[in-house]
Amino acid sequence: MSALRVINAGFAPTIQDKGRPHVQHLGVPPSGALDPVALAIANALVGNRPDAAALELRVMGPTLEVEADSVRVALVGTVAALEVQGERGGPVEANRSVRFSRGTKFRIGGLSDTGVAYLAVEGGVHVPEVYGSRATYTRSQIGGIDGRAVKDGDLLPLAQDSVGERSEMKCADLDWARVQGPIRVVLGPQDDFFSRDSIAGLFTETYACTREADRMGIRLDGPALTHIKGHDIVSDGIVTGAIQVPGNGMPILLLADHQTTGGYPKVGTVISADVPRLGRLRPGDEIRFQEITVEAAEAARAELETSTARVIDRFERAGAWLDEAALYRENLVSGVVGPMD
Amino acid sequence: MPPSGPENTSTGPRFLTAGDTALVVEFGTVVDRAINRRVTSLGRALRDARVAGIVDLVPTFRSLMVHFDPTVIRRAEIEARVDALLPDLSDEAGSGRLWRVPTLYGGEYGPDLEDVAERTGLSPEKVVEIHSGGTYECYMMGFMPGLGYLGVLPDELALPRRTEPRVRVPGGSVAIATNLTNIYTKESPGGWHLLGRTPIELFDLRRDEPILLNAGDSVQFYEIDETTYRDMRARADAGDPVIEPQDAGAAS
Repeated sequence: MSALRVINAGFAPTIQDKGRPHVQHLGVPPSGALDPVALAIANALVGNRPDAAALELRVMGPTLEVEADSVRVALVGTVAALEVQGERGGPVEANRSVRFSRGTKFRIGGLSDTGVAYLAVEGGVHVPEVYGSRATYTRSQIGGIDGRAVKDGDLLPLAQDSVGERSEMKCADLDWARVQGPIRVVLGPQDDFFSRDSIAGLFTETYACTREADRMGIRLDGPALTHIKGHDIVSDGIVTGAIQVPGNGMPILLLADHQTTGGYPKVGTVISADVPRLGRLRPGDEIRFQEITVEAAEAARAELETSTARVIDRFERAGAWLDEAALYRENLVSGVVGPMD
Repeated sequence: MPPSGPENTSTGPRFLTAGDTALVVEFGTVVDRAINRRVTSLGRALRDARVAGIVDLVPTFRSLMVHFDPTVIRRAEIEARVDALLPDLSDEAGSGRLWRVPTLYGGEYGPDLEDVAERTGLSPEKVVEIHSGGTYECYMMGFMPGLGYLGVLPDELALPRRTEPRVRVPGGSVAIATNLTNIYTKESPGGWHLLGRTPIELFDLRRDEPILLNAGDSVQFYEIDETTYRDMRARADAGDPVIEPQDAGAAS
């Protein structure tokens, strides 16, 4: 079997794709990439469909060895380089595709600039589908490799033994990864459970991301919201991006691995166009929220689809990676900053 | 679907906004069988309508969450679709399946049976008789894959949740809290009272249909002894679903 051998897993990466949002009625969370925009761009660089399964990296990347005749990979969402090991090694910058042959070892270091990045591989990571998706949901051992995070010694199965030679591509436009401004929110479904003053505070004050953050959600720290009708509701549905507020008044942003139903009121919902930004958040990051209408949210989503397609349309040809590596070193010497600085 | 009386349409549901990818159709704010049947009825009708862009329909005790792809369908169109279906909703029992769930009550498998008996003033035998005597409707799925919230548990057995939730409840545990009963599909933390355990797997990825229960189904429990438990458990371990559903009509 052709595969990428995991020499060192780094910080518990998981295999993710578009997720399985169609079985939430059975209690199965949607899962899937926290940042579907980065996933789509990574996949496009290696010639995949936007929702193919890739490796989702958090905190610290893995060290991998190619056990296939050749593979094509792309790391997207971070400035961290792929560090090719060995005598002829060197860094390959992120946000480009690169073809490696059998035996190549490469390492991805710490992701200091983002909460999440993706390593896509041509043909996709070929683990079995569960409910039509390869996404990993570790809490219930669904998808991925035996339903768990990737660990040392794993083989990431590849769909093909080799990849053709072609021009490598790079994504020079990285504005999508550094969107600034407040996170946009539509009020509801239970905004009537909170005092008007505290809702006003949600949209004027700053909130910080705490260390209590995983694929299920991010606990925020900031001004508490005030419940005026208690903090329990009879369970209802949960959507990705929901801002749930338990008894202590501190909001929790619910991400792809959220439970399908829950009994805490949700003051608002982060719009789908801004959900990918939530995945990029790191502990300590500060965010602000802005209230918008559903109609504006729908328009923002349409704009995100258009702009992502435009980014992919504007991929440029990338040089051979060794040349790139040499160029990269020269740039460092001459003080030219990286593309995402 | 039987015709609905005027009482069914007198108060329409509320549409609550859940961002640009979901809409809550809220029929009430309490746990109520009639409300829940209208929820599942709407879910079924929308599913049968095969509306392009609707990604999933998640019924809960008192609301239906419609997940949709906003690049395919807008919220306003879904509201119109729901409005058109409201006059035909039923609060009769649905056409779900009936599952008869073998359960070994008490002992190490149901460590709270004695406590429940004490707190309800009943004998353990009577608790088992009442619990296994009911036909429960699956109001909703949630908490973990394959777990259904089943009701209505008779008032005689209704107890609040444990004040100290367990860190580990074994998979297969048959439990009660308030007017509900459930079956923990996998080991997890949990605050319900454990009456027994079923040897069957309600969630097994090796099967074509990994999850057995669905909202709108009915569930009955029947008592088995330890020998039967072990035999069924061995079959379940081998990937056998062990039980088969019957038409819901058999419930009555």
